[in-house]
Amino acid sequence: MYVSPIREPLIRGNKDYSQVTKDILAPMAGTPSKYWYMGIALALSAALFGAWATYVTLFTGIGSWGLNKTIGWGWDITNFVWWVGIGHAGTFISAILLLFRQRWRTSINRSAEAMTLIAIACAGFFPLIHMGRLALAFFIFPYPNTRALWVNFNSPLLWDVFAISTYFAVSLIFWYVGLIPDIGTVRDKATTKIKKAIYGFLSFGWTGSAKHWSRHETVSLILAGLAAPLVLSVHTIVSFDFATSVIPGWHTTIFPPYFVSGAVFSGFAMVLTLLIVTRKALNLEQYITVNHIESMNKIIILTGSIVGIAYLTEFFIAWYSGNEYEMFTFVNRAFGPYAWAYWIMMTCNVITPQLFWFKKIRRNIVLTFIISIFVNIGMWFERFVIVVSSLHRDYLPSSWSMYTPSVVEVGLFVGTLGLFFTLFLLFIRVFPVIAIAEVKSVLKTSGENKNHSEHE
Amino acid sequence: MNKYITAYYLDEEKLLKGLKQVKTKGVRVADVLSPFPVHGIDKVLGLRRSRLTRVAFAGGAIGAIVGFGFQTWVFTSAYPINFGGKPFFAAPSFIPVTFETTVLFAAFSMVIAFFVVSKLGPGNKPVIHDERVTDDRFLVIVDIPENSSKEEINEIEKALHDAGAEGINYKA
Repeated sequence: MYVSPIREPLIRGNKDYSQVTKDILAPMAGTPSKYWYMGIALALSAALFGAWATYVTLFTGIGSWGLNKTIGWGWDITNFVWWVGIGHAGTFISAILLLFRQRWRTSINRSAEAMTLIAIACAGFFPLIHMGRLALAFFIFPYPNTRALWVNFNSPLLWDVFAISTYFAVSLIFWYVGLIPDIGTVRDKATTKIKKAIYGFLSFGWTGSAKHWSRHETVSLILAGLAAPLVLSVHTIVSFDFATSVIPGWHTTIFPPYFVSGAVFSGFAMVLTLLIVTRKALNLEQYITVNHIESMNKIIILTGSIVGIAYLTEFFIAWYSGNEYEMFTFVNRAFGPYAWAYWIMMTCNVITPQLFWFKKIRRNIVLTFIISIFVNIGMWFERFVIVVSSLHRDYLPSSWSMYTPSVVEVGLFVGTLGLFFTLFLLFIRVFPVIAIAEVKSVLKTSGENKNHSEHE
Repeated sequence: MNKYITAYYLDEEKLLKGLKQVKTKGVRVADVLSPFPVHGIDKVLGLRRSRLTRVAFAGGAIGAIVGFGFQTWVFTSAYPINFGGKPFFAAPSFIPVTFETTVLFAAFSMVIAFFVVSKLGPGNKPVIHDERVTDDRFLVIVDIPENSSKEEINEIEKALHDAGAEGINYKA
């Protein structure tokens, strides 16, 4: 394949195939560093806080939250939508960027997909606990029962059940099918008998046969084709939860594209946050280069600008529609008691990503890390603004209300953050964080050594 | 187990060149084990294009019919309920679930078919010819007919050697 000589190499350093294997497997070998132990201790304590909050919620009920009659959706749904959004980057990277033949994805798709799976698991937790009676959560699935009753297929909440469980299942097999050849590598490089047996079991007996590779490539391509519209469908359906209601501020037709671009925006921000630390901690700077970070920043600026335009469009339509209730909701959002949340959202999501127009900032790792944190915060506030500020002042001023989360709700959110980082830290010890086979397949055309030998 | 010869290359371009060369000498290459997919090898080995795409299509079609059909059955005959005056057969609102079941069935049927036809599965113990196959070696496996003479085997080994293969190993 021809690669322009002015293109930056995707893999730095003069590497051969066995060096690639060695570098990527290195973080899995030996005992973890003391930073890893510190990280997992912190993450586990956060998860423990969440476990306590879950216990309180289940044994005393949703009354332990700060919700009231006016504001029935609070941090729970905010966190749900935020986590689902974060779960959009992995499959976007591995499916849509595969179809667009973006070869820079090979260094980041594995960890981004793992992050997606963990984020979806965190997301799924919130609607379940929001039901209050976790033991009856299976009611959301259509199963034959003695009442001969089925679920409501007209409801977007039910569509959500299907969308998210399908998304999780398909992302999981997509990730695992891609992982199988690399597990084979781990098996063959394993030094102890137990490791060999475990990875041998997990590798499904992979040998790297030409026939298997040919099928593997077909399967990956078709799965990408199936997952691409799936990624777009998930947040579309999440946005239907709001858009099909009749609440001013929720009942808007631009929600699906606006939510999807917001999801990709926040997903890439979280990938950047994680990978900037991971590449440093695991010495993978030659694989996840500044070039990769710049490419992700370009996607952030695109999706961030779409989100910005969506905010302005919403406001414009609130005025242009002549609907006084819609207009009231938006003026209240920007200048009412929750104005601080609205302006945090505007600053973090609309203004900060625009800094990426400067190449210097786009390629600056420290600034990128800071901006990615801003985007994570901004996107959380976007969901908070949509959920809470639309509800808290409805048609009847006597029922206007304010909402403050209780410590239990904070615990649930911190708990999912803890779970997220715990599982990610375990993942980097158990599986290779970079798709070894995929990196090797682009090494010749996009590695540094190739570019030198050909163009000097 | 049949008799066979293994030999390896350390570079995929040399591998492809070598395979083409030995093919002209009538050597039958049974399989090539490689650390990553080598493009163009399907042609040299005469592999057919995978038909797993058809499985995916069939699975997707079944998923669509099951998804749409089930919702229709529930709302028109099993337990029709009036939701906000919507018609019982509210086709547009069946679409999201139909889409999800289509994707789910297509993806799972294809991946399961991939494992079945490739004989891959948890706990499967393959013959590992060379542990560096998943690292940096491209291993060529040449099947040898049952009643080959010593000379014929030598000839194959020589052809592989001339084509730049290393570590030529005869296994009976």
